[in-house]
Formats: sequence, structure tokens, C-alpha cells
Amino acid sequence: MLRRATLDNGLTVLVQEEHTAPLASVWCWYKVGSKDERAGLTGVSHWVEHMNFKGTTNIPRDQVKGIIEQFGGSWNGYTWIDQTTYLETATKDALDRMLFIEAERMANCLYHPDDCESERSVIISELHGGENDPDQFLDQEVVATAFKAHPYGHPTIGWLADLETMTRDDLYGYYKRYYVPNNATLVIVGDVDTDDALRRAEQHFGKIPRAALPPRQRTVEPEQTGERRVTIRKPGTTAYLKVAYHSPGICDPKFYALLVLDAALTGAYGLNLWSSFRLPPPQRSTRLYRALVGKGLASAVNGSLLPTELPFVYIISVTATDGTPLAAVEGELVDELGKVVRDGITPAELVKAKAQLQARLVFENDSVTNIAHQIGYFETIAGADVFTNFRPRIAGVTLEDVADVARAILSESNRTVGWFDPLPVGTVA
Amino acid sequence: MTLTGIAPIRTTLANGVSLLAKRTKTTPAVTINIAVRAGSVCDPADAPGAMCLLSKVIDRGTAVRSADDIAEALDSRGISLGVTVTRHLFSFICTCLADDFDEVMSLVGDIIRTPSLPEDELETRKGEVLTMLRQDEDNPGVRATEALMELLYPAPHPYGRRSKGSAAVVEGLSRDRLATLHAARFAPSETSVVIVGDVEPDQVEAVVSRVFGDWKAPTPEPVAAVKLVPATARRQVVIPMMNKAQADIAYGFTTMARRDPEYYAGWLMNHAFGQYSMSGRLGDSIRERQGMAYYAYSQLDANVMEGPLLIRAGVSAANIDRAVASIDEEVRKLVTEGLTQKELDDSRRFLIYAMPRALETNAGIANYLQTAEFFGLGLDYDVRVPDLLRSVTLDQANAVAKKYLSVDRACVVIAGPYSA
Repeated sequence: MLRRATLDNGLTVLVQEEHTAPLASVWCWYKVGSKDERAGLTGVSHWVEHMNFKGTTNIPRDQVKGIIEQFGGSWNGYTWIDQTTYLETATKDALDRMLFIEAERMANCLYHPDDCESERSVIISELHGGENDPDQFLDQEVVATAFKAHPYGHPTIGWLADLETMTRDDLYGYYKRYYVPNNATLVIVGDVDTDDALRRAEQHFGKIPRAALPPRQRTVEPEQTGERRVTIRKPGTTAYLKVAYHSPGICDPKFYALLVLDAALTGAYGLNLWSSFRLPPPQRSTRLYRALVGKGLASAVNGSLLPTELPFVYIISVTATDGTPLAAVEGELVDELGKVVRDGITPAELVKAKAQLQARLVFENDSVTNIAHQIGYFETIAGADVFTNFRPRIAGVTLEDVADVARAILSESNRTVGWFDPLPVGTVA
Repeated sequence: MTLTGIAPIRTTLANGVSLLAKRTKTTPAVTINIAVRAGSVCDPADAPGAMCLLSKVIDRGTAVRSADDIAEALDSRGISLGVTVTRHLFSFICTCLADDFDEVMSLVGDIIRTPSLPEDELETRKGEVLTMLRQDEDNPGVRATEALMELLYPAPHPYGRRSKGSAAVVEGLSRDRLATLHAARFAPSETSVVIVGDVEPDQVEAVVSRVFGDWKAPTPEPVAAVKLVPATARRQVVIPMMNKAQADIAYGFTTMARRDPEYYAGWLMNHAFGQYSMSGRLGDSIRERQGMAYYAYSQLDANVMEGPLLIRAGVSAANIDRAVASIDEEVRKLVTEGLTQKELDDSRRFLIYAMPRALETNAGIANYLQTAEFFGLGLDYDVRVPDLLRSVTLDQANAVAKKYLSVDRACVVIAGPYSA
């Protein structure tokens, strides 16, 4: 059972006992992501995340290495559009150590100027590594084209020019503004006693003062009124197509109907960003797999509908088979989507899509780490009860709901089409 | 720290299929992990990539089910069946709800035993593999690693071959050729079934007996081991990919087999060198201290035959020479000065204490049991690992580094925007 507590300084603490293994997973979530960045500082949330692994007042730089590994633990973090999070999973006797690390990370990170400079080139290397993959590069360009006002449009890693010019003060100022207890959620899941875990959380975090939070950006993305297109012609070997549609955020009931529609179109990935996307979806009987991969037009097709606080984009990605023109792939894809807009999905497809999603809910919650991720993720973007209510929400989706969301979302005026149309390798772009 | 151990139940069917089962109750789900000793080492000499292509089409029709039937059976239960080929194993892995276990086992058994390899499906899958080969051509990481394996394992060694093969070979492979290969290499004696999840071991045994008990096929000829000729001089290959934003470095050596007594010393040595915390000494130098790369690490892939120790880093064009020099420096220091006792102890402690995490999920346990079965490590391997690691001395770990690693015998491949 999930227990919730709020410390006097505003920190939300969520604890769930899971006694299946002698492990505990601790995640500390911050309501700050790339949507909170202003022009000129794109990528600052992610860079701050990197800096928060580089020593604190009470964890000297040379003692970072091994601090959790000595308990057999792993630690990591990630940043995305709505959130930044850090985790440790280790044997349960490391609970105090994990809480100590997270409390230090919240209040006492150092931001030594030399470390900031060194990390600048690490992050630019991460960006270049992503650009080496044409599919990832196209994704970034399509999302940027789909949004013209809202900061969901810029990549979480940031634009290169901003990464080249950002200063240590930019980083540290951002850290001090957002890394406060009243902007955070601490999640503890595992072989722990709830009362004991809450006591320890109070001991480690209770003295960190709350602080006023900066005003949030208020930009609302205006409704898209016509198709947008982006075509990238660069040397490469393979052609990629992406079609993005503005889509509902997690609190909009239409999200669940679109989730079911996506399962019918490309197979259900599930709802756990930490685990589900490592396992391909069951998709061979889906509409777009049959139409594109089954007919030999594509070697892969995937749908991406991610739970976000505000409306983001639903993206369908296709890898064209060698020699197949992108126009043929796009034509087939648009035809198939047209059918679903016109006729909706069948009762059998509805049953299958729901069965897939319900099975994924079992598969993606098989470890303390995965469970803790889900609790913290949804608490940060909407409220933990979203996570606990998935089953009835999915079960409640009707054929009419799916037909309605198909008509509302999959329109020409709401779509952004991206092509990576490769030039022969060796040509100058 | 005490470990009670996985303590799986192991039986062997009369025809030679081995079965390992472990009941868990974490989730109402079951992981099926079936491995056939028919990996890419079984590719015919003139057809590298044949097993990989077979893996793409084997689940697209059986004697009694069409491709559509199989797709429907899997999709309606939310199951994604992974069919993969490594050097030695042809694996079928999926997780299903416990209630679906019987029917899913029947389906997977059918796929393994009686694939029909329909011509139309084969043609479509060839198109997919050809596209994957084209994608690989444009991927600096894949290009660097494959070229390094070719350098370390020159023909006829199978570890040097691209497991996906080449476009010419893939295009030329017929249905009959794949069917013959399947008949020659898939047999009960080569098959091990691992089942982990919320299902009673008695039921598992009954189902597996029903699915595989009447399977008869002759034991294939073993694949002959190929004598490895270790490098005697340093070699470097550059694959210019001027359209890329950064380069991948693959740097490596041939080392030991998994059953070699030196393995545990090698495991610890590699862990301290290129894995521990943010990727060991390599990560400290190249990422943390010099800020040159998002990743820098090493991995030891000891296998049936002598496997490689691979060092990998992704760096900008301007930093390639400096990164290779830094790897050289770390290798030289490891060989001449060795690890410290603290480094060895830290890695040892981590690997022992990390075991509950590795064995938390059904998929994790199944993978562990399948590996132990393949290498013949014993049912109590998980219980013995801590002592096997504790028995390694600093001298042994450093001796392994000295024996296998040398800047003067390193093979180095650079793929990316670099033409020096």
C-alpha cells in the first residue's frame, strides 16, 4: 500500500513496501525539466543533472565513486521535458546511505568551475552521439517543427549554441532555484518498514529549508492550423519517416483512448519510460505493421505516446526498407490513418489493445526500481493516483472514445511530417 | 551477506531437452527462455548470416499455424517474442501472464520444432535484414566493433564474422537452405528450457514434456573449435565516416574462455578497469577527468572460445588522438603497476552485493540460469559465485591483465569523422 507524507518543508514522501527481494529503491523527483528553460538556456536542466553527480559539501569529489556501489547498488538519473530524477537501488541496508545521497544532492552540490567546464564537452559529446543516429536527429527536428511557442519543442539536451555559451552561474542559479524540497518528491519502494522509512526521510531532509519557486512559464501552444513538413537531406544509408500529431496530456481522458488507438495501430508499449521501451511491443497483427512492414515497405514501425503533464505529440516512426521511396511509405501510412479516422477500430481490436495494455502493466512493474519509477513519475506530472488508476481507466475506454480521438487527433491540419531522405554517403550536404 | 540461492529444479527429458524451473510469485507472470545451441558459429562457411536470417523468419509460420495465427496468438496476450542469435545460442524469450503459460509454450515449441519458413515471409524478412545492414553501414559504433572483431579473430575464426552476414549472402539464401540448416542444428540434445515465474514446477514439467517430449532429431556434429592466433603487433584501422558528428573508438584484445580458471580474475580485473561506478579507471580518465566522452568503458566477453576484452569510447574528431593515447596510458598503467588492493576489493564487494538486483526479476533469473546451464556452471552457481570472487588475489587479477593486455599488441579501430 502506498503511504504519503508531507514534511514541514513541503517535501512529498511516498513509501511502498515490497518484500519480494532484500532491496530498496530510492528516487528523488524534481518538477523541473526542459519545459522550464528559457531561450539561451536550453539544456540547462539536463546539464544540472550531470553536475549533481560531482560531489557535495559532505560527499567530497573523490568519495563519489563507490558511495553506493559498496552496497552492490546502482545509481543513475535522467531529465526530460517535465521532470528530473535521480535513483539508487541497492540492498536494503543501504537505505540510509541512499537518503543521505539524495538529501546532499538536493541542498549541497558544489558546481566547481572546472567540473562545469569538463562536463560541457561530455554533454556536447552526448549531443553529437545522438546526432550520429539519423532517426534520433529527425525526431528532434520534427518535435521542434511541431511546436512554435511552447518549450516542449526544444530538445532536452539543448541546442548546441546554448551548451557552448552557458556559464557556471547559469547552472548553479538554476540548481538553487528548483532543487528545493517543496518542488520535489521522494519515493521509497522495497523491503522496508514504512514508519521507519518515513522517520529516516525526516532525519535526512527535514532541515532543508523550503524556498519560493520561480513562476512557471505560461505559454500555451496555439492550435496547429495546417500541416507542417521538415525534410532533412544529409548523407546516410536509410530513409526515415516520422509523423507527429499534437496529443493530449495525461490528465485529459482522451489520453487513454489514444493509448488504446496506438495499441491497435502499432502495439502497446506500456506506460513505464524506465522499463517498457526496452521491450518491443506486441505488434505483428496491428494495422500499421501489416500495412507497412507486412507489405515490405518498412523494416520497422513504432508509435510513441508518452505520458506528459501538458499536451505533447504522438509520433509514428517508420524505417523505410532499402530502396522504398518515402512518398510511398507516407502514402500508405496516411491511407491507413484515414481508415481509422473514418471507421474507428473494431471490437476485436479494442479487446486486444486493452489486453496488451493490461499485460504490460504486469510486466513493467516487476521490480522495486520499476514500481518506484512509476509512482514518482506520475506524482511529478499529475499525481500518483494516475498510476494506481490505470487499470480502470484503460478498461473504461469505448469504441466511441477511440473513434472520437482518432477524428480529433489524426487530422491533416494537426500533423507534422518529417523525412530523413538520405543523400549518398560521400556527398556534401 | 547470505544468499539462500535460486535453487531451481532441473530435469532432463528422455530425448535430451534440459529443463530448469523456478517458481516465483512476484508478479502473475512467467518468463520463458529457451536456448538452442545453434548460434552464428553454426553458419555455413559460405553463408555467414544464415542463422540470423533464420531467426527473422522462424516464427512466421509452422506446420499447423500461419504467420497471421502466430501474430494473433502473441498480440492478443500482450506478448512480444524475442528471437535472437548470439555466437553460440539461438534464443526464444518472452514473458506472458501465468494464465497463458500452457498455450504460449505450445506455440513456442511449435515454432522451434516445425517452422514452415514461408517463401513470401522469407522475402519480406530479407528486405528487413538488408535494411538493417544498410543502417549498420551508417553506424560508427557498429562499424568500429565489427571491424575490431575481424581484426581480433581473422578468418576462419567464427567470432570475426558479422552475425548478420552480407547483402550478397542474405539475398542468395533460399528457403531450402534455411530448412536444411534448421534440420541439421535444431535438436533436443541442443535445447535448454528455462521457466521462471508464477507456475508450479510440476505443471512446468508436464507442459514442457508435452511440448518437447516426443521431439526426435539426431544430435548435430559439434562445431569445431578454431585455434586462436593472438595478435603479435599493434594494428590500427580507420573507417572514415565524414558525415558523422563524432567518432567511435573500439580497442581490444583476445582473452580467455568462460570455463578458463582465470575467468574470475579476468572478470574482476575488467570490472575495476572499465566498469566500476562510472566505468572504472577508463571512465575516470576519459569522461570524469578529461571530459572527452559521454561514454568510455570496457567489457569482457569470455565465451566458449577465447573471448575479447573490448574498450569503447565515443569522442569528437578533435579528441580522437588524445582519447586513444589516454586508453593506451590506462592500459600501460594497468599492466605495469596493476590494480590496487582497494580497487580489487571494491569491485569484488560490488559484484557480490549486486547479485540480489540481478536476480530480482523473472527475466533476470531466467537469463542467469540459462547462462549457468550453457557454460555448465552448476545449479548452485549463484551460491558459489561469492566465494569464487573472494578467492581471487590481487596478484592473480594483475597477472591476467599482464598476460592479455598490451599497448603493443592492441587492435584499434576508429570509425567516424577522422581520416588521419
